[in-house]
Amino acid sequence: MIAKKRYAAPFILWIIAGTVIPLISIAYYGFTSRDGSFTFANIAAMFRHDHMQALGLSLLLAFISTLICLIIAFPMAMVLRESKYGKQGFLIFVIILPMWMNFLLRTMAWQVLLERQGVINSLLGLFGLPRQEMMNTPGAIVLGMVYDFLPFMILPIYNTVSKIDNHLIEAAYDLGATKLGTYTKIILPLSVPGIVSGITMVFIPALTTFVISNMLGGGKINLIGNIIEQEFTVNSNWYLGSGLSLVMMVFIILSMLLLRKFDKTGGENLI
Amino acid sequence: MKKAIGRIYILIIMLFLYLPIFTLIVLSFNEAKSMSVWTGFSLKWYEELFRSKIMMGAIVNTFSIAILAALVATVVGTMAVLGMAAMKQRHVNVLMGFNNIPMLNADIVTGIALMLFFLMVGLPRGYMTILFSHATFCIPYVILSVKPRMNKNTDRLFEAALDLGASERYAFRRIVLPELRPGIMSGFLLSFTMSVDDFIITYFTRGAGINTISTLIYSQVKVGIRPSLFALSTLVFAAALIVLLAVNLRQSRDDKAIAA
Repeated sequence: MIAKKRYAAPFILWIIAGTVIPLISIAYYGFTSRDGSFTFANIAAMFRHDHMQALGLSLLLAFISTLICLIIAFPMAMVLRESKYGKQGFLIFVIILPMWMNFLLRTMAWQVLLERQGVINSLLGLFGLPRQEMMNTPGAIVLGMVYDFLPFMILPIYNTVSKIDNHLIEAAYDLGATKLGTYTKIILPLSVPGIVSGITMVFIPALTTFVISNMLGGGKINLIGNIIEQEFTVNSNWYLGSGLSLVMMVFIILSMLLLRKFDKTGGENLI
Repeated sequence: MKKAIGRIYILIIMLFLYLPIFTLIVLSFNEAKSMSVWTGFSLKWYEELFRSKIMMGAIVNTFSIAILAALVATVVGTMAVLGMAAMKQRHVNVLMGFNNIPMLNADIVTGIALMLFFLMVGLPRGYMTILFSHATFCIPYVILSVKPRMNKNTDRLFEAALDLGASERYAFRRIVLPELRPGIMSGFLLSFTMSVDDFIITYFTRGAGINTISTLIYSQVKVGIRPSLFALSTLVFAAALIVLLAVNLRQSRDDKAIAA
């Protein structure tokens, strides 16, 4: 036997030190008050008006961004599926390439484009059009999210769509299915695993981001990620920050369970 | 007609993906500091970038952490796959469940959890804590890419080699390692890129005074974007382009070699 159980020892130690104990610490701080006694206050703090507002806005913006990504990505995956093999490889390459650029730089690019003295406004100026206030709006944040996360939606959907057997689609047509019928009865159901993992890979980072909202929202629009980040970096209230993180984790787990219901393969297409 | 629509669609998406990046590239050669007026070609922002000690330090940190984290993750992850092959399926499932946590959890939660852990055990935050954290989120990716390579056959071939008189070391090097190699390679590369690209976990687990490229960009953008960041963007983009091209060329050459 090449396999010996003890080879897994470093990995198990790493899980304990890097995953289990850190998660226990976050739970510990989340249920502890500043004076060290047990409390639910940090969890209940989510119901404070400003926190609820931030959570609501995060859910809304993440939902909109995910939906836009899905609407853009599905046709893109279909177009990719139908293009020639060599061209397909090239197009995939072109979609992956921006993912390799640091996402802070990519978000900064939109700041440069959207700012009051930025590129789009000076182009508008050339045509004698009035300057637009595009930065520091929820729209700018959604744009940044879609831009940063779009490849994460296209690739998993493309992965499943490209594996759909052409014969199935031809059979559907032969049996008299309409175009719409083929899409809703054959292509869409078969691409569900890709769609589900695409949604997970876009929705969760969008829900929890504080970087995009900070850079494109100018610090004026608070998402739940910003609130938590500020508790740790500005207010130094780890207890409250941990409590809010725990609540956010519940939202992540809930959305994953919900998504998994649609995907019968059990998330094997996650990467 | 359908083809034309497909082409136009691809074109629009490509413009959406690349116009922002090309704007940065063009602006990096602009002499003026302005983001809206072109005053002439200049390389001075590149000069400023290379002169900056902070920036160069951040670049060194980023890549040394990425290489070390990927190495550690590859070794620990590959050993874990070998270890799990000897375990009962039930235990493997439990371990894989834990393995999935850092991948599924939001980065901000992973980062905060690690930070609190370092605070609790009294570890001063700095280079080593970043390295530990990066290895933590890289190991799952190594395991997921190596595990499918390890199968019953690998073990049988290994036993056969031993029966034929090979030493354990020799059989491991000649039989097991070549079987696992593609998974190990892709696990290493995946870890490296994840580490280079990470911002959120680094942000929470670094101490004051140490920067990676990501954390440096974040703090600079907060005080105001300088065109030297455009120069950095151009270099990062060029590097990504070259590396990806090289990987793709190698892959298509390997494909041809297999086909031949």
